This record gives sequence, structure tokens and C-alpha cells, in this order.
Amino acid sequence: MVQEIENMRVYKRPESMHEVFERKGGAAPTATHYCPGCGHGVLHKLIGEAVDELGIQDRCVLISPVGCAVFAYYYFDFGNVQVAHGRAPACATGISRARDDAIVISYQGDGDLASIGLNETLQAANRGEKIAVFFVNNTVYGMTGGQMAPTTLIGEKTITCINGRTAEQAGYPLHMCEIINTLKAPVFIERISLSDSRHIKQARKAVKKALEIQRDKKGYAFIEVLAACPNNLKQDAQGAADYINEKMAKEYPVKNFRDESENAISVTRPKSDMSVEKLNEIFNTSDGTSEAVIDKDYKELQIKIAGFGGQGVLSLGIMIAKSGSAAGRFTSWYPSYGPEQRGGTANCSVIVSGDKIGSPIAYNPDILVCLNKPSLEKFAKDVKEGGVILYDSTIGDVNLPKNVKAYSIPAVEIAIEGGTQKAANTAMLGVIMKLGITRLSEKDFEDGIESGFAGKQKLIDINKKILKMGADWAEKNLL
Amino acid sequence: MSVQLIKGNTAVIVGALYAGCDCYFGYPITPASEILHEASKYFPMANRKFVQAESEEAAINMVYGAAAAGHRVLTASSGPGISLKQEGFSYMAGAQLPCVIANIQRAGPGLGNIGPEQADYNQVVKGGGHGNYKNIVLAPNSVQEMCDLTIKAFDLAFKYRNPAVLLSDGVLGQMMEPLKFPEKAIEHKVDTSWAVAGNAETKKNLVTSIFLNFEQQELFNVKLLEKYEKICENEVIYEEYLTEDADIILVSYGISSRISKSAVEAAREKGYKVGLFRLITLYPFPKKELLKLATEKNRVFVAVEMSAGQMRDDLALAIECKRPVELVARYGGNIIEMDAILKKIEEIYEKVDF
Ligand SMILES: Cc1ncc(C[n+]2csc(CCOP(=O)(O)OP(=O)(O)O)c2C)c(N)n1
Ligand code: SF4
Repeated sequence: MVQEIENMRVYKRPESMHEVFERKGGAAPTATHYCPGCGHGVLHKLIGEAVDELGIQDRCVLISPVGCAVFAYYYFDFGNVQVAHGRAPACATGISRARDDAIVISYQGDGDLASIGLNETLQAANRGEKIAVFFVNNTVYGMTGGQMAPTTLIGEKTITCINGRTAEQAGYPLHMCEIINTLKAPVFIERISLSDSRHIKQARKAVKKALEIQRDKKGYAFIEVLAACPNNLKQDAQGAADYINEKMAKEYPVKNFRDESENAISVTRPKSDMSVEKLNEIFNTSDGTSEAVIDKDYKELQIKIAGFGGQGVLSLGIMIAKSGSAAGRFTSWYPSYGPEQRGGTANCSVIVSGDKIGSPIAYNPDILVCLNKPSLEKFAKDVKEGGVILYDSTIGDVNLPKNVKAYSIPAVEIAIEGGTQKAANTAMLGVIMKLGITRLSEKDFEDGIESGFAGKQKLIDINKKILKMGADWAEKNLL
Repeated sequence: MSVQLIKGNTAVIVGALYAGCDCYFGYPITPASEILHEASKYFPMANRKFVQAESEEAAINMVYGAAAAGHRVLTASSGPGISLKQEGFSYMAGAQLPCVIANIQRAGPGLGNIGPEQADYNQVVKGGGHGNYKNIVLAPNSVQEMCDLTIKAFDLAFKYRNPAVLLSDGVLGQMMEPLKFPEKAIEHKVDTSWAVAGNAETKKNLVTSIFLNFEQQELFNVKLLEKYEKICENEVIYEEYLTEDADIILVSYGISSRISKSAVEAAREKGYKVGLFRLITLYPFPKKELLKLATEKNRVFVAVEMSAGQMRDDLALAIECKRPVELVARYGGNIIEMDAILKKIEEIYEKVDF
């Protein structure tokens, strides 16, 4: 191994790597912090050379992981981001999405990538993020003192498996290339080895390919690097090389798994549109109402609407709220949740007021609208003295408080007659409108329906019709 | 100018878009999910970037990446998801990265339920993750403020290069109110002095939170603390309502402050001198202003919050325990009822001679 590194020194230091490691500092600012014979140093150099050859230095962003390569940013003369343990692929996703022209390199160890960050690894690969991942598999946690990694070989000794890893205790070594090769999106997957000059020569090509794919914006590239951690595995240079060639490569075959770089198409994401015009268009801001004005004469009105989910309880509330808002009143709408949300009962509060609204919850409603019996039984007692209760006639007879006005309304019937049972809520709205209890005008209600069914003309028409039918019924039967 | 009736959660996205935020990364959780839904719909319409992340941890680290690249980026979640994001909060504070996180609080602990609560106060206002850091925390109490304070949060996050949290709750997220749309949109520019944007201007930059040297790490902590001091000096926001002659001052934030305001009005009608001190920034906490109120006059303070006195503790510290601090609280998804506050006010008047 040492021999190999000596051999590599005939190459000059890549331009894209610092001459002097100022960020590292200390007594020997031109030496790396890695142990002699460590695979990280070799891989750094291969990456630096490829960046030089491709002329992409300015565009590169390197993500340093947590692990021995946490200080990878000491060495690379391009943008550097250090990130939490295992999260490099997520961070890389963020950078790549924000900066389409950036060439994003996620550099990770086996604990980082295959253990704590396995989810982020697989998901970024599966999304086909435009990133190059360099995964240093040295079968051990280097930085924290040589614990077992997911890639530790069966029988291999580490300080957390002192008699050697057993499958019974710790399962089997994880094969990352093979796992990633089950996914559709990745463009390039290769396992390389840094054991000797023959392998390093091959590795150099793969490293360059992964970065070329980034230069061309073609997608995700994954390079697994079989490397030595002579420090923790107590090997000399020859021992380390032999270990990689004879043991690791048996478990982890060195080969290309996929190369779609020829066929993959280059993907360029459009620039974000930050203009106010675009946003105003998206939100159709020319279409709003005007701001509410303070009108102390319009006393706060609390409305509660309740029924089964699916009866249009929430949308009836929204239509009233939109009517209030269209009329320049302060308005709020609040749905209640709970276990009832799924198929059970639902309710919402609407407050319409001539002044700023305090609580958005109608504890003591002026108006209670109920489309089913359980809600009526539950909320009738809360209605204010002199308040109004409207309930659907299908509910039948119920005991109601004495000091309120209660009306049984054939809302479902009206809606069916109008063409859709779904609009019983709109029929109810028509009755509310005609009774005048909200002190909002008929036009306000129509505006409410228009904005409630924004743009869906068919729905607007049928609901306006049923609104009128409800109003007519109220005129004939209640006034 | 346009006013539209929309949900609080939608207003967060409106605010973010007009604030020049062009990346959203999130994971679904009720009652915050509409923020994700709206982001997935509106961000692509303006070619802005959206990813539904695989987890909250992934989401906050995508945020970390886009923030490191100098962009304005948003994520949103609720209790359980915020717990998972804490690693990211700490790293972002440590790397001095700006971002905005909306927390639409739900009831806990554990899975709890999807009703509203305010019991993420400690995990958000105190930092929450490891290390000496703080988040800037803004507490809206209306749909309008869900939008406006999101914009403010981005401004503060970038001014101080620090995470800012919009601490809201299930009521504010789910309720609809009229929103007055912002009139201008911010065209955010990447700050090349620190961002790592994958270009020649930013090639020299490094985003990191590691200092191996103890002295350096300590110096960095001191630098952070100085930054927080500046924030405390300059960025406190609050509202006072009828506090001047008040015997009793309700202190509250978010949805609870609206119910408190109704309670103040009801109490005044009954002749009780009650006022409201509404916190808008929770960090920085308006210590000086509260201490002044406590020093001026014999009064009783009442913390009104949907948590077990988490904010009350900060209040007691702020007024240096010079006056009694009572608590009106609900938990579990229940909202404080005005009557409970009125009852507390009456109890205090029975006990105390003002
Ligand atoms: C959340 C978290 N858990 C644990 C650690 C401690 N830690 C630092 S490096 C490391 C393992 C690194 O091993 P690997 O990814 O294989 O990289 P190597 O050091 O071998 O290059 C661990 C567990 C941490 N920094 N953060
Ligand atoms: S501990 Fe192992 S991985 Fe870490 S620098 Fe030393 S040899 Fe390399």
C-alpha cells in the first residue's frame, strides 16, 4: 500500500486540491490527517485528478460526512459543506435542487452511508438525484475507534466483536452496490478497489465517469470503494492490500454493476421565478375581496355547523365565511377534528363580526345548523338564548331547549329535487339567507358560492339554483 | 391589494413564496400537512423546488443543504416531526445557516393526537437540540400573521444567519380567515460571502460546525451568545392591550392570546381591570418590558397557554418572581375556554387587595 502511494506521488498534486492545508493548520500543514496507508487519502487524490481533467473545479461542492473524512474539506479547493452523520445524501439533495449547475459530491464512510444514513442513501438514489456518491467501505468505523460496521466481514474482529463477527449475533455484511442496483433511477454503479496500482488504475476511470455524469447533469452515480483502515485493522501496508484483495473482494466483487451514462438524458431544472407578477398570477390576486372594516354596529355572530362527514358540513361553513368575507366583515372558519374526522361526525365554527375576532370557536352559537341527530343532541344545549337552530327534517323529533327558535328544514329533500343530494348544505344556506339571521345580503351569499366553487361553473350554477330553492322554501314556510 | 379567505397553513406558503423562498422540503404530519400540500402545488408553478422527503430528518438536512447554498428554504412539521428535526436545528445553528421552520403544534407527548396544543414551547424556544444555541421564535395569532411572520422569519433568519421558527398550532393552521396578500415579492440573492453555491465566487467558502480545538469551540460559543444578545436587544416584538391600569395581566401567545383578549374584554365589562401582554417573539422573550410592568405596580400575572406552564416559567424568570404568576392551561388537544380565564380572574380578585 505504502508502495502504491509512493508511486502515486509521481503525479503532481491536483490543481483542485490545496497545496498547503491551511484549514488543518498544525505543525505539518502539508500532510493529511489520515493515518499512513489509509484509503481516504488515495481516493481524495483520484477525485482531485478527475475534477482537474474535467475542468469542473468551480462548480464542485463536496459534502464531508461524519467519520474520518469529516475533514475532507481541508483538502479540496472548492465549495465545502460539512453535514450531520449519515445525512449527506439529503444535504446533497438540497444543494442540487437549489443549484442546478452545482456538481455535488457526497463522500461517506460505511457507518455513515450504510448504517445511520441508509434511508437517506436509498431514497436519494431512488429519486435519481444528480449527485456523485463516493462510499468508502473499509469494513469498520474508523473515527470512533474501530467498531463493527454493517460491512464488517463474517469472522472479522473489531472492538465490538472481539471474537469476529458472527451472523447469529450481527447478521451478514451489507452489499450496497447490489442493493442500489435494484433501483431504477441510478445511472452508474461501480465497486472499485484501492488495493494496488492495477486496481487504482481501474478506479481512476470510474471516479472520472461518476463526475462526468454530474458535469452532464445525467443523474445519480454510486461508487463503492474497497479501502483499508490499517489503523484499526492493525495491518501493515502489504497486509492491508492482501486483505482487500483476498478477503474483501471475495465478499464484495469489484466490478461495474451499471453504466447507463450513454443513454441517460441530461436534465436541466428551470430557474426559480421570483417575480411578484408570477405569484399574483398563481394566486389570482386580482380576484380577492377588500379588507374588512370595523363596524361596531355589526355584533359578533357565532355559527356552528355539524353533521356527518360527507354531508358538506365544512363546506357549508366555508360558504358562509366566504359570504361574510365578501361583505367586508371580519370572518373566521375553524373545523373541529378528532376521532370523528374519519366517517364520523364533523363540525365547524364560523364567526362573522364587525370587529377583530377573538376566539374562532363558537362555544355558544347564535346559529346552530345540524345535519344529523347526534350533533343536534350534542350541541343544542350550547345555543345562546334567543338563538336559532336549523336541522334537517330527516332527523325527526328531538327535545330542544325552550328559549331558542328551532326550525326543521327539508334540506335533503330540496337538494334531491334540485338535482343532487350532495347540496343539502346549500339548501340550508338558502334558508339561512332568507331568514336574514346573518345580516348578510343575498348578493354576499351568491358571491360566497362563486368563490367557494372557484371557477367550476357547473357547480356554481347548480348550487345557486339550490340556494334559491332553499330560500323560496323558507319564504313560503317560515316567513 | 387582494384579500382572500384562506387557511393558516396556506398563508405560510403564501408568505414563503413572497419572501423569496424557492425550496421546500417536508414530510406529512397532521395538522401541518396542508403546508406540504400547498408547497407541492404552488412551488412548481413558479419553477421553485419541492421535494417530499423520506423523513423529517431527511427534510431538515435537505433544508441544511439548500440553506448552505444560500437559498431561502422552508420546512414545516408538528411535534413528533419537530423532535426528529432537532438534530438539524442544532447543526444549522452551529453552522450559522438561516432557514425557516413552521411548527403547527399538536397534542403530545408521544404520538398524542392531532388536536392543538402549545407544548412544543420548550423544545423550540429553548433550543431543543444539543449545544448552546437558540432559535428565533415567532408566534402568529391569525392567518394574516401566519403569512406576515413567515416573511419576517426569513428576514430575521438571514439577518442573523440563524434558524427561525414559526411556532403556531393546530387551530391557526386549520382555520380560515381573510388574508391580505403581500404587495411585493422579495427577489432573494445568494450571499456570496458565506454560501456554498457551486460557482467560482463561492468556491472558497466552507459551511461547518466542527471546531476540534476547545478554545476555538468556546470562542465560537461566545460569538453565538453575542449574536443572541443582539437579537434580544433589537428584535423583541409584543403587543399590549389595556395593560396600563391593569391589576391582572394575562400573558399569552398564539391562539391562546386571542381567547385571552376576549377574556380581557369580558372582564372589563364586569369592571375588572385586566390587560393582555401578547408575546409575538418567544425568543427573544420580552423580559425588560414584562419586568417593568411587574415593578410599576402591585399586580398579578396569569400565564394563559395550552401547555403545562412551559411559558409561565419564562415569565416568572422575566419578572424575577417579583409578583405572583398564576396559570390557566389546557392540554391534550383542548382549547382554553374564556370562562376558565374569567374564573381565574375572579378568584384572584377574591384573594388579592389591589
Ligand atoms: C448522530 C451521531 N452518532 C454517532 C456519532 C459518532 N461517530 C462519529 S464517526 C462514526 C462512525 C464513522 O464510521 P464510517 O462512516 O465507517 O467512517 P470512517 O471513520 O470509517 O471513515 C460515528 C459513529 C456522531 N458523530 N453522530
Ligand atoms: S482510522 Fe482508519 S479510516 Fe480513519 S484515517 Fe485512520 S486508517 Fe483511515
